[in-house]
Amino acid sequence: MRWITPGGLLRGGGVFGLLAAFPFVERTDWIVNIGVFTLMYAGLATAWNLFSGYTGYISLGQAAFFGIGAYATGITFEHISIGSGYRPFYALPLIGLAVGLVSVPVAWVALRTRAMTFAIVTLMLLFIVQQLAFNLRSITHGSQGVAVPQPTFASNFDRPYYLAMLSVLALAMLICWYVRRSKLGLMLLGIRDDEEKARGLGVRVTGAKLIAWALSVGLTAMIGGIWGYYLFSIYPESAVDPLVMIGAVLMAFLGGKGTLWGPMIGAFVLVPAQQWALTSYGATRLYLIAYAGVFVLVLLLLPRGIVPSLADLVSRRRFRATDRPDVRPTVERVAS
Amino acid sequence: MHLVVQACILGVLTGGVYALMASGLTLVFGVMRVINVAQGALVILSAYLSWALFTHFQVDPFLSVLIVAPLIFALGVGVQLVFIRSLRSEQAEELSLLITWALALGIEGVLGAVYETTYRATNTSYANSAWTIFGYQVSVVRAYAFGLCVAVLVLLYLLLARTRFGRSVRATVQNPSSALLLGVNADRVRALAFGIGVSTAAAAGAVYGVLYPFNPGSHYDLISRLLSIVVLGGLGSVAGAVAAALMMGVVEAVVAVEISPVWSSFSYFVVLVAILLLRPQGFFGARERTL
Repeated sequence: MRWITPGGLLRGGGVFGLLAAFPFVERTDWIVNIGVFTLMYAGLATAWNLFSGYTGYISLGQAAFFGIGAYATGITFEHISIGSGYRPFYALPLIGLAVGLVSVPVAWVALRTRAMTFAIVTLMLLFIVQQLAFNLRSITHGSQGVAVPQPTFASNFDRPYYLAMLSVLALAMLICWYVRRSKLGLMLLGIRDDEEKARGLGVRVTGAKLIAWALSVGLTAMIGGIWGYYLFSIYPESAVDPLVMIGAVLMAFLGGKGTLWGPMIGAFVLVPAQQWALTSYGATRLYLIAYAGVFVLVLLLLPRGIVPSLADLVSRRRFRATDRPDVRPTVERVAS
Repeated sequence: MHLVVQACILGVLTGGVYALMASGLTLVFGVMRVINVAQGALVILSAYLSWALFTHFQVDPFLSVLIVAPLIFALGVGVQLVFIRSLRSEQAEELSLLITWALALGIEGVLGAVYETTYRATNTSYANSAWTIFGYQVSVVRAYAFGLCVAVLVLLYLLLARTRFGRSVRATVQNPSSALLLGVNADRVRALAFGIGVSTAAAAGAVYGVLYPFNPGSHYDLISRLLSIVVLGGLGSVAGAVAAALMMGVVEAVVAVEISPVWSSFSYFVVLVAILLLRPQGFFGARERTL
């Protein structure tokens, strides 16, 4: 394909090659465990970015589909035996596809609203799905939760999950990369900048938004599926958790939403710290306070994210170096 | 039939309390395009303050409003000055949504650290008494709470409709740049409006603890109700929020009686989806353009 540059190939291949080698080099269980969660959040943030970062529609409801993916895995286990070991992972694409398709009518309703109302409506979606998980007892067993049979991976229990999360993250990055460079990506960015104008120019705005939404939701559901299989037990509070949602959004903001690598970088910075805080302060609610503090700092000090801020810095350096008249190339928009 | 009428009475009384919380939320949105996700957490914070005043100093929850509301007002003005005003980028709206969410988490964390997750309730001596009117039971605390909330709503209305400050608030809602040109001090209006918006949460929160048991995590349940109410009424419309709150109160109570209490809070979401299909801008809202 004509878009593939040697530098990009090297970057993508290098990063994912290193990540794939990691659990074979580092075998300590708790470190690989943190790795699983880091990749999980990186995947969630990247999937969120695919819809919200590119279209500018802030969705606060993706975690609902994370939960649905987890429940889909758990319930499938309960009713049909899909084998143990690695075999459940092969069912994930089906779960992703199914949840993505089912979510389209939901998105069609939610996308009748815009801007802030859309954010609120998607946040409501989160609460709706959580409530359904509590109430539809015949399917989800309510607050008792769904139990998943424990698989029998002999040694290095976490490694298969790590690799599964990594595959979904790689898939998410590939889709993001492809979409960004395709006509669809141009349409999405057009919607973000001025939806009315894009529509006036003949962009099928609803269609474009729905495709991006379905892709994002499908990926989110697959990640949820792996998470459900990893934790063995799926409860409404933990599967559909506003904290997971806000975490993914925070990471996308920290890294830089609308960029390819930003959400992943945000996750790699924050998740290890988050997991450490969770194990040290989890019992007392200090964990929440720390979370809130980091969040506020990121939003106030770095509202555009790491990647755009760095790119700005680099381009300004280059600009100076070429000895042109000192005109600021871009307007500084970081809140003071 | 008797049960349905009984449920309607209960629904209107409950709806009045939600109307007060939601009117502050929607007012803040109207003035500064900020959705305060921490509104629910501030209600719970006020409920704890009022509970603490009642258990330690025997202050009646209905009187503690006079102490709690000014405190929360000051907190709100502070939050606006420190966190929300400094968001000057073009994404200020979405950022403010996330920053108030962070604030909600912070409040939940502090309350959790101080009070653990045990459920509390403010049990006044008259908590369980009720009047019987034409054969219908009317709970005394709910009637008082309703009365208090209506009184605060009337005060809010007078403030917005009759005072110079209210005029500048309404001017800022209708057209911020013209208001600025006409000499409205926008920064001051925003800070005060945010304070007023959150102190409605405080007033309702002080009595919330008398009506329902609560713990630090209760704010998610509250904010999900409040957000559906303001979307239903049309973002920015105080009258819409009051109408929507009363309607949802009644619908919830009737569903609890006729179908099942388990599904009663779900009725919020069903009505919300129906409204989005028919009239995405809510009862009284204007259509929004993209970001």
